[in-house]
Amino acid sequence: MAEKLKIVPKKTPMPEQPAKERVKNFEEVPFGYSEADAIVEAQRCLQCKKAPCIAGCPVEIDIPGFIKYIAEGDFVASIKKLKEKNVLPAVCGRVCPQETQCEIVCTLAKKWEPVAIGRLERFAADWEAKQGESPIPGSLPSTGKKVAIIGAGPGGLTVAGDLIKLGHGVTIYEALHKPGGVLVYGIPEFRLPKEIVYREVDYLVRSGVNLVLDFVVGKTATIEQLFEEYDAIYIGTGAGLPWFMNIPGENLNGVYSANEYLTRSNLMKAYLFPQYDTPIVRGKYVAVVGGGNVAMDCARTALRLGAAEVHIVYRRTKAEMPARMEEIHHAEEEGIIFDWLTLPIKYTGDERGWIKEMECIRMELGEPDASGRRKPVPIKDSNFISQVDVAVCAIGQSPNPLILQTTPDLKAGKWGNVEADSKTGKTSKKGCWAGGDVVRGGATVILAMGDARFAARSMQEYLETGVW
Amino acid sequence: MYRVLKREQIVPNIHLLVIETNNIHKNAKAGEFVVVRVDEEGERIPLNLVDWDEKSVSVIFMEVGTSTRKLGALKEGDVIETLAGPLGRPTEMIEDKSIICIGGCYGIGALYPVIRAFKQNRNRVITAVEGRSSFLLYWQKKLQEYSDELYEITRDGTKGYEGHINVFLEEYMKDHKVDLIYCQGCTYLTFFVSQITKSMGVKTIVGLNPIMIDATGMCGVCRVIINGETKFACVDGPEFDGHAVDWPNLLARRHTYHSQEQKSLSFYECERYG
Repeated sequence: MAEKLKIVPKKTPMPEQPAKERVKNFEEVPFGYSEADAIVEAQRCLQCKKAPCIAGCPVEIDIPGFIKYIAEGDFVASIKKLKEKNVLPAVCGRVCPQETQCEIVCTLAKKWEPVAIGRLERFAADWEAKQGESPIPGSLPSTGKKVAIIGAGPGGLTVAGDLIKLGHGVTIYEALHKPGGVLVYGIPEFRLPKEIVYREVDYLVRSGVNLVLDFVVGKTATIEQLFEEYDAIYIGTGAGLPWFMNIPGENLNGVYSANEYLTRSNLMKAYLFPQYDTPIVRGKYVAVVGGGNVAMDCARTALRLGAAEVHIVYRRTKAEMPARMEEIHHAEEEGIIFDWLTLPIKYTGDERGWIKEMECIRMELGEPDASGRRKPVPIKDSNFISQVDVAVCAIGQSPNPLILQTTPDLKAGKWGNVEADSKTGKTSKKGCWAGGDVVRGGATVILAMGDARFAARSMQEYLETGVW
Repeated sequence: MYRVLKREQIVPNIHLLVIETNNIHKNAKAGEFVVVRVDEEGERIPLNLVDWDEKSVSVIFMEVGTSTRKLGALKEGDVIETLAGPLGRPTEMIEDKSIICIGGCYGIGALYPVIRAFKQNRNRVITAVEGRSSFLLYWQKKLQEYSDELYEITRDGTKGYEGHINVFLEEYMKDHKVDLIYCQGCTYLTFFVSQITKSMGVKTIVGLNPIMIDATGMCGVCRVIINGETKFACVDGPEFDGHAVDWPNLLARRHTYHSQEQKSLSFYECERYG
């Protein structure tokens, strides 16, 4: 059959910086598709009628739709289609776990490699950026309603994008001095250049969103005080409370939380010290504890800061690692050493309070635990000591408690999270929605954006009808 | 961007900075702080709030490294990039008690809103300001307004008690009973005061000043050990029971970036002065 002949089994490869080169700089690793690459890849799409990929996308992007335009070389129409559903396409094209969302359900993936949806999304967004300032979508006439969004992370930006189009007055309050939340303080430049985030935020600001920086809701003003001015509030404050392991020596100099390590390097640009004033310890022997994307980011940052040896210390095996395959692959390519089935139990310092050694114990996998993964169990007398001068604890984080502490009628969940309805994002407080990591604990950018999309719909309904 | 309304060197190396803002005064309370970042390349540093109104906030700082050197070079009409606050937990208020309030260095200024609040809550306020020499003391008149007694302590004896703060405390405590000792200043002063008052058995609250970045509980760099438990000074403090603080750990953590700070400062000075 003619159809069959068309199928190209593998994704069009995306050129990237060679591992040896890139470990010496903070520039982005993949270069992205050329126009020709993108068209070839887009033509792999079968344009399925039922499009399982759309159902796999938390923000419901019309994936075959935007890809079809790329295949036809109409990039303007493609980005327009993308932006109907996603205000952050350049970000999502880079950091979304497509392999577990849209690409995993791609019809091609049953037999071959799926369409490289993420790479195509990135291509369309980057192509638009190269054409200069993007046009602003039209909005409906002003409704006179005012909405406050707390946190300029991926969730808050999505709510802002959805509600500004509908004619509401939208103000985003951000505690830090730059918008973007985790996209800016957490994800390193080599994975997501900050210029891209600022460009997408700028698009929202040009669309009429009011962005207020340096404003810590819960302190500068409480939620209750914001309600004096606003009709509805969205809480998207993320998971800004780092976890530590509570093992001896964790407060020694040279022991970082992943949040601190990444914030120094990304938000404060410590990798450019002393041109930038914020310093960071450039360790020679660095241990990063944890197995998620954040741990990969820390390890690869340490390498770029000049470490001779960087270890990822993880208590389970590679199969259980929550990090994206692509991230693990990049880390391996760059020479990060993985210590599987290893658990740190103690840090020892020198007489000046600096970390010197890390004591670990070897683990083996036992019975499955609540998460369905086999539980790591320590092997008796398997302790060993290694020399380290920087250790980064990347074992997770929970929601920042500032808002819950200052909003008595906002119901908290078990993990210090804000409780919200999973379909609408409604909290226990009238007029108040929440989504993303502040509800879920540490999850992903795209899940935060999905929550935001649903919440925005529910907020629109409330603003229109006044019914809670 | 926030406009500088005033920047004045009060005593050598110690400056008052008044910054325009109409956001912070509404919720500001004694004992809280703000974060400032002077320019695009600057660090985020916490500074105690010393006063506030509808149009501005005031802070006092000592020039030590690049950030404070940059702040010290500001003129009226200049702008700074970041100002966020109020942050931290306010000073825990008590009423109808007798309190010794000790301030040294920038902590003399930091005392001001706290003694004002203590006084407004009908406490007996005994203020003690200390410094190496009389020319380093300031704001006695302002502090006097909310103090029942005011003492000066100078290391060289040029004013008031001669010696360290212990000389005053030991003498004063001989024939006075106080309920609380409150101290603001550098880590050495708060450490030293806590050591002395521990043996006296008087509850002591100290304002700590570990390194911070976001100052909203997100990064954890400001962790301090209180009674063996890790706390974040930015959201759990910055004021703690001085007798519960793990001082050696705090002092070590304060010095994490000592060599980088020197490098940064020489880089800045070379850029600025060639």
